[in-house]
Amino acid sequence: MPIDKNQVKKVAKLSRISLDDSKLESLSKDLVSILNFVEQLNKLDTNEIKPLTSIIDKSLDTRDDTVSDGQIKDQILKNSPEKNEDFFIVPKVVD
Amino acid sequence: MNDLNDISLSEIIKLVKSKKISSLDLANHFINNIKKGKKLNSFITTCFDQTIKDSKNFDKKQNFDGLLPGIPIAVKDLFCTKNIKTTAGSKILENFVPTYESTVTNNLWKEGAILLGKLNCDEFAMGSSNETSFFGNVINPLENNFVPGGSSGGSATALAASLTPATIGTDTGGSIRQPASFTGTVGLKPTYGLCSRWGIVAFASSLDQAGPMTKNVEDCALMLEAISGYDKKDSTSINRKKENYSKNLKRTIKGIKIGIPKEYRVDNMPKEIEQLWKNGIDILKKSGAKIIDISLPHTKYALPTYYIVAPAEASSNLARYDGIKYGYRSKKGNNLIEMYEHTRAEGFGDEVKRRVLIGTYVLSSGYYDAYYLKAQKVRKLIKVDFDNSFKEVDAILTPSTPSSAFKIGEKANDPISMYLNDIFTVPVNLAGLPAISIPAGKDHKGHPLGLQLISKELEEQKILNIAFAMEKEIDFKQSLNRWWE
Repeated sequence: MPIDKNQVKKVAKLSRISLDDSKLESLSKDLVSILNFVEQLNKLDTNEIKPLTSIIDKSLDTRDDTVSDGQIKDQILKNSPEKNEDFFIVPKVVD
Repeated sequence: MNDLNDISLSEIIKLVKSKKISSLDLANHFINNIKKGKKLNSFITTCFDQTIKDSKNFDKKQNFDGLLPGIPIAVKDLFCTKNIKTTAGSKILENFVPTYESTVTNNLWKEGAILLGKLNCDEFAMGSSNETSFFGNVINPLENNFVPGGSSGGSATALAASLTPATIGTDTGGSIRQPASFTGTVGLKPTYGLCSRWGIVAFASSLDQAGPMTKNVEDCALMLEAISGYDKKDSTSINRKKENYSKNLKRTIKGIKIGIPKEYRVDNMPKEIEQLWKNGIDILKKSGAKIIDISLPHTKYALPTYYIVAPAEASSNLARYDGIKYGYRSKKGNNLIEMYEHTRAEGFGDEVKRRVLIGTYVLSSGYYDAYYLKAQKVRKLIKVDFDNSFKEVDAILTPSTPSSAFKIGEKANDPISMYLNDIFTVPVNLAGLPAISIPAGKDHKGHPLGLQLISKELEEQKILNIAFAMEKEIDFKQSLNRWWE
């Protein structure tokens, strides 16, 4: 058993996804079968292998730290589910 | 104008350029098809008023310089389109209207194309049947109750049913090639970095690529030419001269060395697929190609590797959906954290939840080395397998999928059996290589089957040319009776 229900609960917490009991049950079952499937990789000895972290044979481009855009406050706020003048509204964070 | 349904994009362009048809005529034709094609559920959003307006503007200006002059085109709903709703097939983006345009769609418009609408897809491109979309299943135009494949299922259906003359999809593990194979169309996944990812809703950033889906290889070369190219806004974009894929397209097989990987002869492979592959090999042989048996020994580890790497990247990418800056927000929860948890619980479907949870788990403290680091190491082995093979051969031929299109619901309850659909397509994404799927035959039900050609990075022209030659010999005939109209 690669993962149990308590671990799934913990992972759901880390993922910021609330799960009710029936969802927890069905997702735990799926997660067990997926993890069992991926554990085939353990058959391979990879001690000497360097991990492939990028498929591109170059270092990533960097750009100058200069402003190339701006004055688009309206656009940035446009899709917010809740806003007030220049601000995103969030539930109360500090008591 | 029914014959417009039977001709290719390239032929349509000729009609436009010779002024036998106007952009407005084309727009009306495809809008009419889309309206009659509602049963297929391939569109999430249409923008017909804008389409008509743009086509009238084109007809007024008559500028035929672009590759796609006045051509109406629908695109997968994973590409952000300015002022047009972009959902990624998810409830969490149900009302998201981007204020910017993705680079690849912008490239289409720069070449003269006009937007018809946004095509249904699996939620966040996570799926192989289009059944995970919040906006419902897409129907394969071949037969009712059959899936079109996924995740670019709406794109494949709309193209095959002539609701758009060509389209673009995205391919993270087979999401262009598998639906192309299921619908008798052509689909190409370019080299990682050839097409900009900027403005595409991200799934797994080291694997995602946009690519063309078309009715034939000539159209595919043209569309690839239109969308590819360096973009400084994508840090993994390859900076090189743009290629003229359509101008350089020629039927070349003679003397080409084609590798046949023995590991793709999987257990329980249907006889029809084996026969299809053999037919493809015979065609290549007859045309003067040299067939070479090769080995890609780590092939069977590609899917398990993918199902660590892709969810890991997805869990990071999807962390942005927090119900604050854009997208759906739940009304439940007494504080910020609870609001996040309910927003994501209500906004994401089951497959997305599975992958976010798996991704979070394999990246979490104590499990990172055992899963994620291990997968990155195996990914290296898979890449080296291909590198070694391409010292010997020009291209590799495999089936595109282990089966033809399946019934809606047939695999929906078992994630692993769904994942196995991508067994032949996933290795290419892990290695960052280009691959094309072309229709190559039919099964006993008359459903299309595809063959896949893979080359080393940036040799799209080579596989296009081989596919172009094979296409002529195979002479695949799509037979649709437009039952949905």
